[in-house]
Amino acid sequence: MPLSITKSIQEMLLSMMSESAAYYAAMVVVALLYLGIFAIAGLFLVLLERRIAAWFQLRIGPNRVGFQGLLQTMADALKLVSKELTGTDRADKFLYNLAPYFVIISALMALGLIPFTKEFQAFDINIGIFFLIAISSIGVIGILLGGWASNNKFALIGAMRSGVQTISYELSVGLSLLTMILLTGSLQLSEIVEVQKGGWLIVQGHIPAIIAFMIYMIAGTAETNRAPFDMVEAESELGAGFHTEYSGMKFAYFFLAEFINMFLIAAIATTVFFGAWLSPFGITESIPWLGVFWFLAKTLLLVFLMMWFRWTFPRLRVDQLLTLEWKYLLPINLVNIVVMAFIVWQNLIIQI
Amino acid sequence: MIVFAVAAVSNRKMLRSVIYLLFVLVGVAGIFFLIDYNFLAAVQLTVYAGGIIVLMIFSVLLVHHIELELEVAKPLKQVITAITCLIGIGVVLSTIYTHNFNVVENDKLTTTADVGSKMLSYEAGGFILPFEVISILLLAAMVGAIIIAKGKKLVNKTKD
Repeated sequence: MPLSITKSIQEMLLSMMSESAAYYAAMVVVALLYLGIFAIAGLFLVLLERRIAAWFQLRIGPNRVGFQGLLQTMADALKLVSKELTGTDRADKFLYNLAPYFVIISALMALGLIPFTKEFQAFDINIGIFFLIAISSIGVIGILLGGWASNNKFALIGAMRSGVQTISYELSVGLSLLTMILLTGSLQLSEIVEVQKGGWLIVQGHIPAIIAFMIYMIAGTAETNRAPFDMVEAESELGAGFHTEYSGMKFAYFFLAEFINMFLIAAIATTVFFGAWLSPFGITESIPWLGVFWFLAKTLLLVFLMMWFRWTFPRLRVDQLLTLEWKYLLPINLVNIVVMAFIVWQNLIIQI
Repeated sequence: MIVFAVAAVSNRKMLRSVIYLLFVLVGVAGIFFLIDYNFLAAVQLTVYAGGIIVLMIFSVLLVHHIELELEVAKPLKQVITAITCLIGIGVVLSTIYTHNFNVVENDKLTTTADVGSKMLSYEAGGFILPFEVISILLLAAMVGAIIIAKGKKLVNKTKD
């Protein structure tokens, strides 16, 4: 397994200590680096969401703390850290405390696989995408546990809805990514990027790739439990859904995980459909570090698309939600895979 | 892992035992990672941790209230179970210790492509027949599940 940034940090540390110590120290350093970057990035995504919401609703939004409100969410996070951790009577304390960690750990683990540039990828495993899907299927356990252990009927209803929704839409996410795997012939994320040097996959696979992308974005939005699929939270019916009873830092974990998951869905879409860190038409190919810029630009554009969904569409009912998945998305997806297989077989790919 | 396995069967709160079981299954996935069999590790995570445990949690959520605790079995039953368990452990341990394991130097990564072509090869050592048989079994199970779930409606419709 080539671990690019882990390796370079390891070599740097190797001059200071013995080999095995450097190995473990490099792992710790990389983990802390990712944790730091994405805790902060998550906070800024919250701010972005609030500013965009305000823009869509013709308000101004938070603009008081720091320049243009840049420090607003930092201040909110500090406030959350200092708050008292409350719990309900007769709640299952062990599971209640465990639940947020499932959600946040699975979100952060998946981040390690994302190729920001050719060098900036912590864990380039040979089953890349499959591993991402596997990890993201664990997060839902935290939501179910949190809802049940709170000993609150609204939280329980929210958790049940979330479970049903996530399990159903996971299929669509997996199958739409599988459609693209037919093109790349590899699950490893760095190789998927390599393939796209001859045109981004959404161009290479033309019609079925665009259908797969649309299905992926719909299912991805549903999997992060965001509006218009936020049956899980449904403020007007359930309070706040599964995390009604959580306060302080534990609530912040759930909240941060939601935004990191949104970033993750957009990042996977960028990697699989839009050529990850590759620049359009290879205009900056000679400057490798600009890859981060391209990657983040594409990802934030997709994040913006998801926020756009949120403020445009009304919320679906539970039965509409399940009908959409099982009666429309899934059959379309299966047919789409066959079409894509035919296209790859007949070599009807568009290559630049 | 063994601690969690014991906790899974000895805990009196049902959902907690399910979570301990989850830790055991994730531990098994970890062992697969250690022997560099990444594909099987991810399958373990998706199927067991992501699928079966979630189904179990669902069924527990539906039938179980937070204050309920499982009953402790009668002493006679406990003794009988303990004896059968000890016999089982004895058989397993004696076979493991008497068997000669060949130490295999495994430096080859099994890729998903290898697994896939092995599954569909019809040459010697291929798995096409079991693969197809299992697919038909799965299809039959799915049709059966739909009929059981919709049973009454289907019967009523044929009567009309």
